[in-house]
Amino acid sequence: MSSIIEIKDLNFTYQPGSPYQRQALKNINFILNQGEFLGIVGSNGSGKSTLVQHLNGLLSPTSGEVIVCGVDTANNEFRNQLWKQAGLVFQYPEQQLFEATIYEEVAYGPKNLGLSELDMRNRVYDALEKVGLIPRETQHLAPITLSGGMRRRVAIAGILALQPKLIIMDEPMAGLDSIGRNLMLDLMKDRKQKGNETTVMISHSLKDIWALADKIAVLDKGSLVFYGEVEKLLGKTELLTKCHLELPDYLQVVYSLAARGLKVNTTIRSIEEASSEIIKLLQEAEL
Amino acid sequence: MTDHCIELVNVTKTYRNGSDAGNNEKIALNDITLTIHEGEYIGLIGMNGSGKSTLARLLNGLIKPTTGKVNVNGMDTRSPKHLMEIRRIVGMVFQNPDNQIVCPVVEEEIAFGPENLGLASDEIKRRIDWALQIVGLEELRDHAPHLLSGGQKQKLAIASVLVMLPNYLIMDEPSSMLDPLGRQELLEHLRILNNQKGIAIIFISHNLEDLIQADRLVVLDKGSIYLQGIPREVFADEAKLAAIGLEPPGLYRLINKLGKDGYDIDDHIKTVPELVEAICHLSLR
Repeated sequence: MSSIIEIKDLNFTYQPGSPYQRQALKNINFILNQGEFLGIVGSNGSGKSTLVQHLNGLLSPTSGEVIVCGVDTANNEFRNQLWKQAGLVFQYPEQQLFEATIYEEVAYGPKNLGLSELDMRNRVYDALEKVGLIPRETQHLAPITLSGGMRRRVAIAGILALQPKLIIMDEPMAGLDSIGRNLMLDLMKDRKQKGNETTVMISHSLKDIWALADKIAVLDKGSLVFYGEVEKLLGKTELLTKCHLELPDYLQVVYSLAARGLKVNTTIRSIEEASSEIIKLLQEAEL
Repeated sequence: MTDHCIELVNVTKTYRNGSDAGNNEKIALNDITLTIHEGEYIGLIGMNGSGKSTLARLLNGLIKPTTGKVNVNGMDTRSPKHLMEIRRIVGMVFQNPDNQIVCPVVEEEIAFGPENLGLASDEIKRRIDWALQIVGLEELRDHAPHLLSGGQKQKLAIASVLVMLPNYLIMDEPSSMLDPLGRQELLEHLRILNNQKGIAIIFISHNLEDLIQADRLVVLDKGSIYLQGIPREVFADEAKLAAIGLEPPGLYRLINKLGKDGYDIDDHIKTVPELVEAICHLSLR
């Protein structure tokens, strides 16, 4: 597998030399392979958003290297072109919509790629369908008349339409209802299944992403305190507690039962499995 | 007593649909009658677009009902002379804190409201200290709000509402930007504000996990009240919630599943450790 992101000794300080100077990232190192799904978790203020803004060249390291799609983002010429390959969806992207219709909004990025009218339309329709909007019914609507959740979908479609190799999403689930969240999860699953599409997703909640992520990065006060497979993270109860990372309730219940010496299988991945484990336990107790 | 509650009487709210010049109206709320008492802790639930935020904005007179009326402690929100007092009594924290932060320094942001009430400066200072302490932002009091993280901004927005000593506190999806610790802290603060200070909480969320500690849940769907009751009753009706795209908290889904198989779990469970305790208890019998 080839790597799509390589970060070496990355440090970043906001407003160096001013009274507001603050080191937001400390000595970050990791490699992400193409096609993988990386979940970034950590408390508010741990540096998650700062980190991902390095991945599409919005921020440049104070020191260290950020190599995305094989090129160092310190290279200005490359950095200015990086948006075509690394699409970033900001926090609350629904606030950045500005076009008069949904179609124009989603087409804004592709238009700047110099595509033909037909290619552009295909991409826009495809992107709208991926976020659960029916192109023929919605393309002429004004984004401003939609609810926040719907506008979020439009904003995400705008990035999907660029068809970037790497999509980076900063808290895309925040404030969405369960339909919106499930749609977002399906979108991620779909990208994963394609095999070569890489996704980086920030979440303050491990619950949202643990089942999907190939790799998890845990940030704590600007440092990368864990990077690796989810399974390895689940066993690190001290780290989970220290970084205030919550597992889903059913996993917590099963882990607590196991910790009390009861015979339960802790490799479960769903609430159904948790429930049948517990029922098995209770039935055995009755015998 | 109408003096100690917010009353919505047959409230309907319609919006004109955007750019359309025609007679295209969208009904955001349809004939809502609801009373929220001082000291109550209400969870207001519904999907995106169900009318939650519209309802919240009606409660402090930010918008007016198209028909019907809203009374806050006996004052009609349509009457301009009462608006200032209504908005002090009914504090509101919006979904996105950036929308309500206006000052360049955290402390000034919190002082903004009370200064407009014409309070003495030592009283303002005392209240600021109190509000900062409640949300845990004491260390950042001299900071610039735009340099705070999303969750810190949300705490700031809450502090600047608390400082007005409201009788009712409306929180429109306040936990969406918070990490689990921040969320737990927020829920704990709200519980204390509700229990000890008697401030009514109206907590809007589509995440039912946030609402376990509410006294009463009001579920909205397509602008109407769909379901109402104490949390565990509402959570028990999984099919009815699923019909409008809602899911009970994981803990209750697990409890409901165990119940289906004949293992009844105590009604009063609200946390993971309590459930673990109950299961251990059952397994020992």
